[in-house]
Amino acid sequence: MAPSAPTDYHPVVLDRPGLQSLIDALVTDGRRVIGPTVRDGAVVYDEITQIGELPGGWGDDQGPGRYRLRRRDDDLLFGYAVGPDSWKRFLFPPVSTTWRAEVSREGVEVAPPAEVPRYAFLGVRACELAAIAVQDRVLVQTNYPDRDYAARREQALFIAVNCSSPATTCFCPSMGTGPRVGSGHDLALTEIPDPAGSRFLVEIGSERGAAIAARLATREAAPADREAAAAVWSGAAAAVSRALQADGLKDVLVHNLEHPRWDTVASRCLACANCTMVCPTCFCADFREAASLSPDHAEQHRTWATCFSVDHSQLHGGSMRWTTRSRYRQWMTHKLATWHDQFGTSGCVGCGRCIAWCPVGIDITEEAATIRATDGLTRLPAGATP
Amino acid sequence: MAEHSTPKLAVWKFASCDGCQLSLLDCEDELLAVAGAVEIAHFLEASSAVVEGPYDVSLVEGSVTTPQDAERIQEVRRVSRHLVAIGACATAGGIQALRNFTAVDELASVVYAHPEYLSTLETCTPISAHVPVDFELRGCPVDRGQLLEVLSAFLRKRKPDIRTHSVCLECKRRGNVCVMVAHGTGCLGPVTQAGCSAICPSFERGCYGCFGPMETPNTASLSAALHAGGMDGGTVMRLFRTFNATAPAFEAASRAEEKGAGRL
Ligand code: SF4
Ligand code: SF4
Ligand code: SF4
Ligand code: SF4
Repeated sequence: MAPSAPTDYHPVVLDRPGLQSLIDALVTDGRRVIGPTVRDGAVVYDEITQIGELPGGWGDDQGPGRYRLRRRDDDLLFGYAVGPDSWKRFLFPPVSTTWRAEVSREGVEVAPPAEVPRYAFLGVRACELAAIAVQDRVLVQTNYPDRDYAARREQALFIAVNCSSPATTCFCPSMGTGPRVGSGHDLALTEIPDPAGSRFLVEIGSERGAAIAARLATREAAPADREAAAAVWSGAAAAVSRALQADGLKDVLVHNLEHPRWDTVASRCLACANCTMVCPTCFCADFREAASLSPDHAEQHRTWATCFSVDHSQLHGGSMRWTTRSRYRQWMTHKLATWHDQFGTSGCVGCGRCIAWCPVGIDITEEAATIRATDGLTRLPAGATP
Repeated sequence: MAEHSTPKLAVWKFASCDGCQLSLLDCEDELLAVAGAVEIAHFLEASSAVVEGPYDVSLVEGSVTTPQDAERIQEVRRVSRHLVAIGACATAGGIQALRNFTAVDELASVVYAHPEYLSTLETCTPISAHVPVDFELRGCPVDRGQLLEVLSAFLRKRKPDIRTHSVCLECKRRGNVCVMVAHGTGCLGPVTQAGCSAICPSFERGCYGCFGPMETPNTASLSAALHAGGMDGGTVMRLFRTFNATAPAFEAASRAEEKGAGRL
């Protein structure tokens, strides 16, 4: 990351053809541009080369266990809130090969690690930059860095887009992560609505970002552009309706491990793991040898895993967390409480994905608020298995 | 591996459609490796040559529906060091176990001109109801990758790496948009064991549960969500009553709908 502070640079303005030139420039540089696009009824992240592939005119309605695309009454390209995908899919892929080896008469030969793709991520939200910073702490700033993640992360370029239209599931202000982009970006765009076609205020966050912006046909931002962008920022902040009271939450949760609410939520929870799969900070993975009938070939795969599966806590003799109650409790207390001890930060950035993509609509903010409101309750009768 | 110790593999068929055996034939390239690693001693679908038992690994397809089959499975067990039940029929009774929900005589009289020639058991049951089973591989049909994994595990004397969590993990890893959340389509993925790579949701269909219940299936909560999404009791009942209708968790879920319960 370039050390220069964003304040060293003046914001500029880019029009829609200019946004296409930006994508073209990134492709020319040999980058794979990943951005938002509509597929199967949702905004997902995929490789794009044309602004026509962006979700122009699409917004979304989200609630617990519910997501629907919706036509907007304007044609904003970035007028949606985060969908099921996060950048984790590209920085920490769902399945990847950690090593492969061939056995021959000469011995065992381990293949060199595959080259990582050079990505440019377009449309990264503030909460997502915060989530990547959390994953950096877990996967890079440790004694045992994840080589593949670190390499992908180092290469990637981040073109953020400030949120204009948060969903009802979003609660980033509570977690101090958004909706306004603050750090971690190379460029940060704000889409300014305009009947003649939206334009973008471009804030420069790094030297790499400045170098790319310098290659585009931009103009200096006028006061009117800045005011219009500021209106987008304040409008987004005002539109966030959900909240999580984060202060002191760690203590509340760790002192309520026998709260009856864990039983209530366990009666609804499917232990399906959708929440951990969509969470941009969850990092659990299995490392397993892949099946091969041939004795000459071996390879190991790293696969997204989850604390909702019984074998996640398998020790000699059995699983530590056989009940769904203990597994939901693990997930929530890890995100909101013990993550602080482990990594010096919350494991939740307030993106709301776990709320929307839970098939039965379990809401982490509601669960936390209920336990706080009834602090100290213990389940009756005592003695049931945790 | 020394020649004389080439393990013998047998494949047996009970009441079934042959689909699971065909999954083994469908392994093409890998089958050559299988043929190299094992002696395929009894596999009528692939070859009519039969080698005498005992067998190191027996793959058993199909459920037990007749008195003759109930005896034959005892014989198969006797000649098999390891017995692996493959597919929904062998592990849960399969689609033919739907007859367990009704009187078999009545069904026979409707279907056959001369039901008196039939010799059938009152219920259709999985292999494990008759003999001890060393491993149960789920699916209708089984997944070829999982089948190869189980075979290589037994040949190498290690534990098969078959996961028992929900289909949703595979669905999300694959990058599917959840049909339940984004389309309002009923999906059994959250209560069904993984292994199919989430084929149905990949084609924007809800999961039909053909791999049977996952490790800790909360069918009551899913049924409540399906009702909340507008599905009536009969539809939810039929959803649970297909390929794994008599797997205990799915049977309980469908019976709860029968009684009109499960509507929270
Ligand atoms: S716990 Fe939920 S809201 Fe928090 S970061 Fe993860 S998915 Fe987003
Ligand atoms: S919440 Fe669960 S899946 Fe997520 S990082 Fe923690 S232990 Fe892993
Ligand atoms: S909280 Fe929801 S998404 Fe997470 S495991 Fe439970 S039912 Fe699945
Ligand atoms: S589509 Fe079905 S299997 Fe896939 S995540 Fe949704 S509920 Fe689970």
